[in-house]
Amino acid sequence: MKKIQILGTGCPKCKKLTENAESAAKELGIEYEIEKVTDINEIMSFGVMMTPALAVDGQVKSVGKVISPNEIKKMLV
Amino acid sequence: MDFKNEWKKLLFIATVFLACFYLPVGSSRFDNAVGESLHLVKWYAREHVLLCLVPAFFIAGAISVFVSQASVMKYLGARANKVLAYGVASVSGTVLAVCSCTVLPLFAGIYKMGAGLGPATAFLYSGPAINVLAIILTARILGLELGVARAAGAILFSIIIGLLMHIIYRKEEEQKTTAQMAMPEPQTARPLWKNALYFASMVGILVFANWARSGDVRAVFLCCPGGLTTYQVEGALISKTEQSLKILDTSGETHEVPGELLQQVEDVGKNSIYELIYRIRWLLVVLLLGGFSLMVLGWFTKHEIGEWLAATWGFAKQILPLLLLGVLASGFLLGRPDPAHEGVIPAKWINAAVGGNSIRANLFASVAGAFMYFATLTEVPILQGLLGAGMGKGPALALLLAGPALSLPSMLVLRSIMGTQKTAVYVSLVIVMATISGMIFGAIWG
Repeated sequence: MKKIQILGTGCPKCKKLTENAESAAKELGIEYEIEKVTDINEIMSFGVMMTPALAVDGQVKSVGKVISPNEIKKMLV
Repeated sequence: MDFKNEWKKLLFIATVFLACFYLPVGSSRFDNAVGESLHLVKWYAREHVLLCLVPAFFIAGAISVFVSQASVMKYLGARANKVLAYGVASVSGTVLAVCSCTVLPLFAGIYKMGAGLGPATAFLYSGPAINVLAIILTARILGLELGVARAAGAILFSIIIGLLMHIIYRKEEEQKTTAQMAMPEPQTARPLWKNALYFASMVGILVFANWARSGDVRAVFLCCPGGLTTYQVEGALISKTEQSLKILDTSGETHEVPGELLQQVEDVGKNSIYELIYRIRWLLVVLLLGGFSLMVLGWFTKHEIGEWLAATWGFAKQILPLLLLGVLASGFLLGRPDPAHEGVIPAKWINAAVGGNSIRANLFASVAGAFMYFATLTEVPILQGLLGAGMGKGPALALLLAGPALSLPSMLVLRSIMGTQKTAVYVSLVIVMATISGMIFGAIWG
């Protein structure tokens, strides 16, 4: 079970990243759970200040950009 | 029917129905205002979209993709040199705040994990005012001096506000623990001169494509409610009699000014270099475009070009609809920027509230700007409408400085980051500073 967290205050880029993460996880066929973290203080507690960011199992993997499903796949395995 | 869930929709439909039922079609002010808003949209589409906004989107896209944000942020980190941090924070909005939704997270980050409250506030204040799109559009539509004053005022006052916040809360600052910042890994490095040349050619295209012709004469006249505000028209003289003056302005519109309102007609000093550039501007644009294409094809990988285009397209998608709505609303409420064209709100009211350059007018503009929410860049058409309806230049700058930096929604987020008291202090500082800069600007440029 992978826990994928999307950190972002809800701008269009964060939505795009969420979609990409979902499609990456589906293609891999793994069990996953996606959580959107929108509270700014909680985002800060990850040490992230450039949104959107992506964290897998609590580990920040990408900051400040929308990455493609292929790149996300590498982070999930 | 599930009334519990559907009542909002019912309320919405009822409101729309009532609005339609009592729609004041036929009242001349309303019909006029609808016409005004359509005229204004057409004017924007013809004058500003292709030559100004489109290049601006490409520049903004390039900044967001190719300028390494991490390299800027390292000057705002916890161990950064404090003096340097203020300087960097005050100007880094150009690079970091290309999208308004990034300003608040960055502010929170600099405050909690980086250089502290002072630089963070400096960034928060100047960021929205000096992002590239805002500077370009302000200078283009509201005039160069207001565009420059906005950028310079934002940078200068952001440092003052940052320092004041730091001094007020210096005890707390000393005890703060700092967490580690997570930064994006640096992008592939290209020599600085290549990047500089690439950006310079894009800015060059933007500047030369918009090179405006200076007129032959400038007429200054008083208008309209109570004759309180002065207007300027620059262009070619068509006819001049005792009763009226006809002038063809640089964008091709004819203005007729009644003789008794006329204050002054003066020749515009012609600068030969300026005129020469105007004559060969398309040649310059084509040359720059050629050089630019060579650079992009030669120095950039396919992947980078793809990213750049995607970011540009992202900005266009995000900003154009907002701007269209902003222009429509501004045209409807305030009319075109010309004393003869009024919108729904009488120019008299605007003049009474924010005309001239009194403390009251400047303060009113600052407070209204601080609480009002402006979607990205819509402050420009709204301000253009206000200026056309008689707002003074000082209050206009006050609103430009206080407006995009703060809004009621952003105040609520700020409160959750740094608490009620600090937010209140920050809001008051912004209002005071915006008022002061408006007064100064109004006194100089009137």
